[in-house]
Amino acid sequence: MSGDPLRLHVPEPTGRPGQGTDFSYLRLAAAGAVPRPPVDVAPLETSDLAHTLLRVLDDDGRACGPWAPQIAPERLRAGLGAMMKTRAFDARMLIAQRQKKISFYMQCLGEEAVAVAHSFALEPGDMNFPTYRQQGLLLARDDVSMVELMCQLLSNQRDPLKGRQLPVMYSYKRAGFFTISGNLATQYIQAVGWAMASAIKGDTRIASAWIGDGATAESDFHTALTFAHVYRAPVILNVVNNQWAISTFQSIAGGEATTFAARGVGCGIASLRVDGNDFLAVYAASAWAAERARSNLGPTLIEWVTYRAGAHSTSDDPSKYRPGDDAQHYPLGDPIARLKKHLIGLGIWSDEEHEQTAKALDAEVSAALKEATQYGSLLDGHAPPLATMFEDVYQDMPAHLREQMRQAAEG
Amino acid sequence: MIQALRSAMDVMLGRDDNVVVYGQDVGYFGGVFRCTDGLQAKYGKTRVFDAPISEGGIVGSAIGMAAYGLRPVVEVQFADYFYPASDQIVSEAARLRYRSAGDFTAPITIRMPCGGGIYGGQTHSQSPESLFTHVCGIRTVMPSNPYDAKGLLIASIENDDPVIFLEPKRLYNGPFDGHHGKPVVPWAAHPMGEVPEGHYSVPLESATVFRAGTDVTVLTYGTMVFVCEAAAKASGVDAEIVDLRSLWPLDLPTLVASVKKTGRCVVVHEATRTSGFGAELVALMQEHCFYHLEAPIERVTGWDTPYPHALEWAYFPGPDRVAAALKRVMEP
Repeated sequence: MSGDPLRLHVPEPTGRPGQGTDFSYLRLAAAGAVPRPPVDVAPLETSDLAHTLLRVLDDDGRACGPWAPQIAPERLRAGLGAMMKTRAFDARMLIAQRQKKISFYMQCLGEEAVAVAHSFALEPGDMNFPTYRQQGLLLARDDVSMVELMCQLLSNQRDPLKGRQLPVMYSYKRAGFFTISGNLATQYIQAVGWAMASAIKGDTRIASAWIGDGATAESDFHTALTFAHVYRAPVILNVVNNQWAISTFQSIAGGEATTFAARGVGCGIASLRVDGNDFLAVYAASAWAAERARSNLGPTLIEWVTYRAGAHSTSDDPSKYRPGDDAQHYPLGDPIARLKKHLIGLGIWSDEEHEQTAKALDAEVSAALKEATQYGSLLDGHAPPLATMFEDVYQDMPAHLREQMRQAAEG
Repeated sequence: MIQALRSAMDVMLGRDDNVVVYGQDVGYFGGVFRCTDGLQAKYGKTRVFDAPISEGGIVGSAIGMAAYGLRPVVEVQFADYFYPASDQIVSEAARLRYRSAGDFTAPITIRMPCGGGIYGGQTHSQSPESLFTHVCGIRTVMPSNPYDAKGLLIASIENDDPVIFLEPKRLYNGPFDGHHGKPVVPWAAHPMGEVPEGHYSVPLESATVFRAGTDVTVLTYGTMVFVCEAAAKASGVDAEIVDLRSLWPLDLPTLVASVKKTGRCVVVHEATRTSGFGAELVALMQEHCFYHLEAPIERVTGWDTPYPHALEWAYFPGPDRVAAALKRVMEP
């Protein structure tokens, strides 16, 4: 006993407005330094992998070490293109929100590699249970049009969700994208249940669960880890640690003296801590976890270490709680710039191609928005038919809702 | 009633490969109330299995399974324990169809033993039905006898909406007229204990006139149905007892027809009074039957206290309290 009075510890970030962040808390490792165990590794033996940082791309854009994946040049170019498309889409939608064409938006600036490279490692039929910042899962696909996504954002007459959901809360069963809740963490245990069902039926499809660092504090996260371990569910448990949950630093979610990946090891789940701004590392780790899941080896938890370069949402101003230039100092850089450098180094990409692609994507996004706005928007007075408020509450509309719909129609 | 519930799950596990049954203690052991006894041995460990002690996990995983295409039937060991699953029930299961415009649905059945009368104290006796009837998008069902229990459970499993299936645990082993000092009469000795083998269903949203009468309508459900029957006999009031069976959505026409016929109404439930489901029933009868009413509608309910252990029978709205209400509404 020291004799000092007890003190409550309230964690603080290492940077605040006017005081640059000390990013040494991130516990980095050199590219290529982390060993790649066989997929049937015992979960407890991944303890070191859960505390270090798996990186493939070094600062010069070279792929290093045992995790460097074999990806065909066309796939690499497609990956870069999908990240650029995601960024162009987000940028235009932010402007649309400021122009009052849409009511609300959430971008994934700086985190594009996490969703895009992960989706490249999944198979058709696999099901993601995303949060609101994995639009890259949809934009990486060629079977979901940007016009359709924009119609959801605009809550217009072609909104597949009939104006019932906030912008970005997409639902695409056909594209392996579970309906986004808005209540945090609920989808994590649901993903485990979906994976259990796939195993019960002797299927080959796997689930991929998504959560942010902040929401890992919810009980659904810990419940999901328990169920995933108990039933050896074929699921990938993604934790996107982008350092910030609105204004709350990741240490308030419990990231100060340990890592989020270490939570998995504690539950008997093989776990990796991975550079989320490294397209190749994200792809390699995702493919490793997917192979484990598909081989009845059970769940894998992956902490993607990244940085939320933008605001939480269009209702947020991060300059109030963190240094305004924080993103530029983030030591793991920008995912698009890093993959671009790698592709140029391989001789399969150039600055000119990059510039032309960016321009073409901007034009494509603008054209899509022009088309989508032809179908109206919530803010220009469009509203879905009144009946859509009462439909889909139940499979068949009960008498009390038929009566309330009649009353509502009378005004 | 336990055998009836087990038979319903047995029938559905046999008919539909997508039905799975799980919850705490429901696998090898067959449930603390024995409702799933023998089902794991018959259908295997991947169709009927034990779950961790996590109601949120049980319901949350069931939603994911339903999104995949299964039809899970899960047990929350006591209704008193459902609260950790509230977010999954209220924000997720209930709204999955709505928020995804039908892209995803949650055809799950959540079984929960409810009600008191077994000296269970404040954590094994609650009747939380009004917490569910307030939520749009889920169905709330409570049987009062073995025949209905099996038919309603089959209908619930077959229904494409999420269903909260509340099982009055005091009725598991026999009908209960509220005279707690008397020995339990087994269902085998009661005509309503006759349960057909095989598949049949009792439709949801259908109430039944449990006892026909002319003086006053009693709207009730679950444990209180037989208590009300005893009260009607004891009071000499010719009460028409309507067993709701499905609490919400509700068979309003059957209720309204009875109250219009008798002109009087007593609402009875075991749950606490304030903002209880009885308040909704009183409001509905006022809206639909006001000009037919000859007396104010009475409520007989549990008191607005936690369910006590030692004073259980002082809390329980027994036949004497129901009979007194029946007599009051008959006063000129």
